[in-house]
Amino acid sequence: MKKFFTGAMLTIGVLCMMLSSIPAQAGDTIKVGAILAVTGGASFLGGPESRTIRMQVDKINKAGGIHGKKIDLVIKDSGANPEKAISFAKQLIEEEHVFAILGPSTSGETMKIKNICEQAETILISCGAAEVIVNPVAKYVFKTPQKDSFAVKKIYGEMNKMGISKIAVLAGNTGFGKAGKKQLLTIAPEFGIKVVAAEVYDKKATDLSAVVAKLMVDKEIQAVVNWSIVPAQAIVAKNIRQAGWKVPIFQSHGFGNIKYVEAAGAAAEGIIFPAGRLLVADVLPDSNLQKKTLLKYKHDYENKFHETASTFGGHGYDAVMILAGAIDEVGADKKKVRNAIENMKDFVGTGGVFNFSPADHNGLDINAFAMLTVKDGKFVLYDK
Amino acid sequence: MRNFSYPPFYRYIFRYRNYPARVTIYPESGTLTVQMTAELFSQYLFAGITYGIIYAIVAIGFNIIYNTTGIINFAQGEFVMLGGMFAITLNNFMPLVPAIALAVVITMIIGALIEMIFIRWLDSPSILRMIIITIGLSILIREVALHFWGEGVRSLPYFNGNEISSIKIFSAQISPQVLWVIGVCLIIVTLLSLFFRFTSLGLEMRACSANRLAATLCGINAKNMVTFSFMLSAGIGALAGCVMSPITYTQYDCGTGLAIKGFTVAVLGGLGNSMAAVAAGLLLGIIEAFSIGIVPLAFQDAISITILLIILFVRPHGLFGSSEAAGLTEF
Repeated sequence: MKKFFTGAMLTIGVLCMMLSSIPAQAGDTIKVGAILAVTGGASFLGGPESRTIRMQVDKINKAGGIHGKKIDLVIKDSGANPEKAISFAKQLIEEEHVFAILGPSTSGETMKIKNICEQAETILISCGAAEVIVNPVAKYVFKTPQKDSFAVKKIYGEMNKMGISKIAVLAGNTGFGKAGKKQLLTIAPEFGIKVVAAEVYDKKATDLSAVVAKLMVDKEIQAVVNWSIVPAQAIVAKNIRQAGWKVPIFQSHGFGNIKYVEAAGAAAEGIIFPAGRLLVADVLPDSNLQKKTLLKYKHDYENKFHETASTFGGHGYDAVMILAGAIDEVGADKKKVRNAIENMKDFVGTGGVFNFSPADHNGLDINAFAMLTVKDGKFVLYDK
Repeated sequence: MRNFSYPPFYRYIFRYRNYPARVTIYPESGTLTVQMTAELFSQYLFAGITYGIIYAIVAIGFNIIYNTTGIINFAQGEFVMLGGMFAITLNNFMPLVPAIALAVVITMIIGALIEMIFIRWLDSPSILRMIIITIGLSILIREVALHFWGEGVRSLPYFNGNEISSIKIFSAQISPQVLWVIGVCLIIVTLLSLFFRFTSLGLEMRACSANRLAATLCGINAKNMVTFSFMLSAGIGALAGCVMSPITYTQYDCGTGLAIKGFTVAVLGGLGNSMAAVAAGLLLGIIEAFSIGIVPLAFQDAISITILLIILFVRPHGLFGSSEAAGLTEF
């Protein structure tokens, strides 16, 4: 028995040594991790993101990789669960020794792993929208979606033009919804707008007619702003219109997925929201810097996966292409790549034209957003 | 409801007035006024009925399996999801009614298969084991559905009208689909109680629940009855999933949330009693809807979970169940 035990210990020891002697980065590949909400409540973000990142990585590898080095992509499905995101981040950094991490899909998850990546000096390019990800700036943390404060300002600017001054705010109880609600309340006074009522609903809400009834009796309310990334954003619109309330509905950039327009059907008509230009790529003037990139990505994605491209997949595209661009520029060295991203200028992505700086790890300005609306079940530019 | 601080309790005064209809809290005077018009009242009421009937229709599925086996099938929410998903897929190839009918049949077959594969061969399984099995099944079904249908949100078209059409009842605007859900739920409850009371199959199923050994001695094939109860509850769940799909949408993981609320309602009403489930569902739904008028929306689920906990502590046999009957069963 003792002999067997010693033998087993020896075997395990040898195995451990073998495993640890495998180089963290085999010379000819660059290991890149991705933590994405492929399933769960934010799957409509993580799904397109993971498909897009995989597509782009395959394309890079097919073309011979970056300086002859292929990208070895490891995608972890967090299911939008912050706890899972934490353990995956630790796993990717400590066990897989990844070069950089793409994602997570949601702001809540990103905030949980921001410090982990910062301490491990691993580049994190998040696909979460909330501004807190890059404000305050963490050295190794970047993000590709447009800041939610710009979305809020864009909406409020439009309201000023329309003469709307009293609004109601609805938000989902996700990281995105909470951050958005906070921004909406903070920025409102700057634009002379008063938030008369603010309500938060569960991300799994199936019907919101009661809260609509509650808001509707307040005759002061001139517009409703809904801030969420969950199916409830279609439910809100439906319930408002079913109640016969003709109020203008504004949504966040989380509405940029044609599936929600399909889900809301007739209730989606006339909803106004800020979004990247991917959704209206076809009708952009040829002079637009982004048009070529947008059409190419849209075409590639739609041909490959037979579903309409969304801005969320675009965030994944931007994340992987920024990383690839930086590695291409300075080679596979973490510190150098970090500096390269921080100093990257005029990078044309799907979310806008990125101009990073040490103070701005998002790199997009308010012009990355266009105001869109829904007409006949399709996204069109608003008032153009 | 903005930036108020809670004034001392004795200063709260509840005032009912006709106009304006809203809850206002005046921090200066320390007065809380609840003002409600007939319009707002009926709007909340119908919202509550919508919630309640959706919970009830899920709770009925729990009750059927509980009635024959004495166990809770935690995969019940997944039957609701499967029904909706199959109907949406089939609706691409055929009109609505045959699509729903076929979806119900397919889900019933799946329900039967699940019972035959995972449960039938177990000899007198413990309650805990069955709970773990059904929870495992619910995860399994969800994952399979994810691979089949993807993560997108889908829905059946509205049976009448579209997303924005509504009917005016007692000065409240409600979607015609709500009437469909109410109608289908009432029909199901009526047919079920007739079935369990007057058909021999229904009586045999109840006999198995009351005393399995005695039922077997009387020549009833208890195992077939359990299979049949899984089919029945799968079919009802699927039908529920179809009628509520236009309102709530169908997603691969929508079953979990519905199952929690359905379970709450089943326990609230008293396990095994479908009529009580409807009453309890309506009660919970209406409480939830009216609570929105007083507390922020975010507390809606906290309220229903609190009610579930209170019921489990104070009346574990439910509002309408008898304690003697509950004492006889294992659960």
